[in-house]
Amino acid sequence: MPYIPHTEADVEAMLQTIGVNRIEDLFSEVPENLRFSRELNIPDAMDESKLYAHLKGLSDQNVDATKVSWFLGAGLYDRFVPASVGAVISRGEYLTSYTPYQPEFSQGYLQTIYEFQSMIAELYGMEVANASMYDGSTSMAEAAVLAHGLTGRRKIVVSASVHPHYRQVLETYLWAQSLDLVTISTPQALTEDYSVVDDQTACVIIQHPNFFGSLEDLGKAHDAARKAGAMFIVVSDPTSMALLKPPGEFDADIVVGEGQPLGVAMGFGGPLVGLFACKRELVRRIPGRIVGRTQDHEGRPGYVMTLRTREQDIRREKATSNICTNEALMALAATVYMSALGKNGLRKVAEGTVRNTQYARQALAVQGARPKFEHKVFGEFVLELPRDASEVQKELIPRGIMAGLPLGPYYGDAWKNSLLVACTETRTRAQIDHYAAMLKEVL
Amino acid sequence: MPMKQVPQPISIFEKGSPGRMGANLPETDAPEVDLQAALGDLRDDLHLPELGELEVLRHFTNLSHINYGIETGFYPLGSCTMKYNPKINEATAGLPGFRAIHPMQPVETAPGAFEVLAQVQEILCEVAGFDEITLQPLAGAHGELTCLMLIKAYHDSRGEGAQRKYVLIPDSAHGTNPASAAACGYEVKSVPTDAHGNTDLEALRGMVNNEVAALMITNPSTLGLFEPNIKEICDLLHSVGAQVFCDGANMNAMVGTTRPGDHGFDCMHFNLHKTFSTPHGGGGPGCGAIGLMKHLEPFLPIPVIRRASNGKVQLETARPLSIGRVSAFYGQFLMEVRALTYLLAYGRQKMRNISRFAVLNANYVKARLRDVLPAAHDRHCMHECVLTATRYKKGGVRALDISKRLIDYGFHPPTNYFPLIVPEAIMIEPTETETKETLDAFCDAMIAICKEAEESPELLHGAPSTQIVGRLDEAAAVKNLDVRWIHPSRREKAPVSG
Amino acid sequence: MNVPTDLKYTKSHEWVRVEGDIATIGITDHAQSELGDIVFVDLPNVGRALNAEESFGTVESVKTASDLYSPVSGEVVEANPALSTQSELVNTDPYLGGWMIKVRMSQPDQVAALMDPASYQASLD
Repeated sequence: MPYIPHTEADVEAMLQTIGVNRIEDLFSEVPENLRFSRELNIPDAMDESKLYAHLKGLSDQNVDATKVSWFLGAGLYDRFVPASVGAVISRGEYLTSYTPYQPEFSQGYLQTIYEFQSMIAELYGMEVANASMYDGSTSMAEAAVLAHGLTGRRKIVVSASVHPHYRQVLETYLWAQSLDLVTISTPQALTEDYSVVDDQTACVIIQHPNFFGSLEDLGKAHDAARKAGAMFIVVSDPTSMALLKPPGEFDADIVVGEGQPLGVAMGFGGPLVGLFACKRELVRRIPGRIVGRTQDHEGRPGYVMTLRTREQDIRREKATSNICTNEALMALAATVYMSALGKNGLRKVAEGTVRNTQYARQALAVQGARPKFEHKVFGEFVLELPRDASEVQKELIPRGIMAGLPLGPYYGDAWKNSLLVACTETRTRAQIDHYAAMLKEVL
Repeated sequence: MPMKQVPQPISIFEKGSPGRMGANLPETDAPEVDLQAALGDLRDDLHLPELGELEVLRHFTNLSHINYGIETGFYPLGSCTMKYNPKINEATAGLPGFRAIHPMQPVETAPGAFEVLAQVQEILCEVAGFDEITLQPLAGAHGELTCLMLIKAYHDSRGEGAQRKYVLIPDSAHGTNPASAAACGYEVKSVPTDAHGNTDLEALRGMVNNEVAALMITNPSTLGLFEPNIKEICDLLHSVGAQVFCDGANMNAMVGTTRPGDHGFDCMHFNLHKTFSTPHGGGGPGCGAIGLMKHLEPFLPIPVIRRASNGKVQLETARPLSIGRVSAFYGQFLMEVRALTYLLAYGRQKMRNISRFAVLNANYVKARLRDVLPAAHDRHCMHECVLTATRYKKGGVRALDISKRLIDYGFHPPTNYFPLIVPEAIMIEPTETETKETLDAFCDAMIAICKEAEESPELLHGAPSTQIVGRLDEAAAVKNLDVRWIHPSRREKAPVSG
Repeated sequence: MNVPTDLKYTKSHEWVRVEGDIATIGITDHAQSELGDIVFVDLPNVGRALNAEESFGTVESVKTASDLYSPVSGEVVEANPALSTQSELVNTDPYLGGWMIKVRMSQPDQVAALMDPASYQASLD
């Protein structure tokens, strides 16, 4: 039996100690009519060799970033992950441990979380960060709920240049609490009109670099929020923070983001790692776990989960959030990644991203394709094609290129020829040139 | 027992040297760019560590040595199902065709990924007896929240949204239940437990009316006991138009033996990281599918993944009654790969052994400890047993002291003080993957500790004494809040207190 | 347990000291000892109107958070500023340095209905 080590002799001895004859007797409390007696109608059990072959067969059906040149980003990126990251997070002491509720037995993990919090706060230019959230989208939704709780206001303003899926998740969370969502439209891919921000507004949410890769005017967004007494929330790609002035320098109250680019696989979108950083004055309202440094009775330094009374197991219906996990393993991956790359490595990755993106912006302007906007961008831009972007994308896949994300399905007909193209540091000049050549061929 | 000879670890920020880098990164061959011209104002400083690759590995490897996992030793943590996480799961989840795919790539370029999701859904449907499964929720608590959203949408669709204001929750429940109810705008009312450890039916009858949106109930309960009146309870709630949610934290007791869908539940969340062996990872990622009955299907979060009659897996996004999206993409995909690997390892023939041996192990521990730590309710338990340490309280020994002493014996402590209704609770969930020898060694340790509790309680109060730190000052951690490292150049500017 | 004789008490373990129309409110020695090390006290802003038995804040130890209830109706005229940095005063000096709020009572006759020291002491035994 896989993973169940009992011998017949074990079972017999154990039943004798318990004082019953058969394992089935232990289920006597389950009413007869609720016992499931037939065999489950599911596939046959597989041995390990068949299991691997089955799953390998399924994985082989997918077009993945190791098979084609990858220009699809939109919030999750095909970045280089050093082998050291996988080596650390596959260690059983980390992989198979529980939440560090017993600090004496969990100092290793607790210290890495403290280091994670420190690095994320540093990247975003904020005073504090938590131990992570599920993903960028739920992190953003929780930030909005926090803003409502703090200000007592019911209107959440979000820019349409924030990731469309994030806005959908936000909408769901706000619906559950009967809060209002107002979206600022961004026909030019930048947030310009803040006239909907008023004294009923709990927060203004903006993404920078935004979903289109463009750099927003954070000062302007900040001023609009402050003038109305609303909180200022920014969603940011952590890699870009190696170069850009962080939202903390623009007096953001909360900065959230998706931590996947920091050493986590794209993995078809999960597991990811939500980042959440804020001003220190908000620390008692933060959702999720926080690790703090303290000492034991002999004065030895150590780490514990702290500010625990915010959490659901203590505060129950008055908790700051119902979240009961963090993405500890992915946060560990990010911590190892940031440690390995360090200041110089992360800058190198960000700079490589900018150079490849700038090069692609010029190189892909072929056969009537052109960049749709002239904005400053970080690692992604909108390429306007002479015809339907979804069709072009499909034609390029057999030519070895995952060309980007067609924007029509998200922003309507005016965007049906628009393709969101991402270039990470892992792209090469040769791949971009090949993309340009193939684009020329299909257009 | 000897003190572990490990030096006090130092922070990664105090290691390394400026200019060092620990990764062999891609060299960019695209032309150089004037970054200021391309991006505008750049940031001045970035205080990240600067270490070589070997230094980085040593830092995290040494820290792993002061951390305990299932692969280190026995983890009898009640309510958490710390079973073995099979290595084959890691191998399959590491396949490039799963790791290096993107949730927004064209659907037709990832048929194998959708097939994984569909197969997990189909197996969970059958194992738990529900009509539908969605894998969107990212953790157990997120699954609870999603279930309550479905219930809210259901009541709204019947024009009863405003009228149904309350969610009933037993006093033995996990804290996530009331927190999830509150996140859905519901008021919580607590249902008492009777002397046998069951839901107090009389009290429940008095609370059930047409203002109740739902009952959230854990079965088997957090006392590790099967709720024998569960069908009656579900019928009672349905008679006033309310819904019943099952907290699936304790699904490991039921796999292949009894199906929550047959108990009368309308919906339930799974913890795939408990029942179906995806690793806990130090507190996450969780993995929280939900199961539901037909009448809640119209409200499912998007996207919905379905197998069409021709066998092909399809994606539905245009669903007018949907609650919307609850997470950015398709849920914890690589965890679903692991769960599928595990489910198929047991398959049709072996699945029911999970619950059978989980229940056997729990009852064995309960029986072996009955003279020193009696069960809170003397019935056959399911996959976990809740014991009480009240008899040691008069000598000044609390459940927590017993747990901390276990660390000195090399075991992870069980869950303490939960459920809240059992005084000095010690909740033990051995899981099916532990051998009789391990359980015996654990029980021997517990018996020895209980003897110490009577003869030399100071050993327990001072425990643990074998780790890199002793009990930590948690009050000081809150009062002198230190939640991040601050670069020395900025320390004078840092505010002092929260 | 210390139960001063010049104060009034509630079932939820608050004490009240009445001077004119001002009621000073805190939690009892018994309450602080049950809670353990107090690490945070959340108090209302000055000017807030309170009804008797309404929650006016929370007191937190490491692993509990308890609501605080006002024994009387009135307006908050002062909140103990020392508690923001020295929450341990609630443990070390619950009846003096650890006071929480002062309320200008709108219905001073509510005080008569509170427990006297003897009945509070009896409720603990």
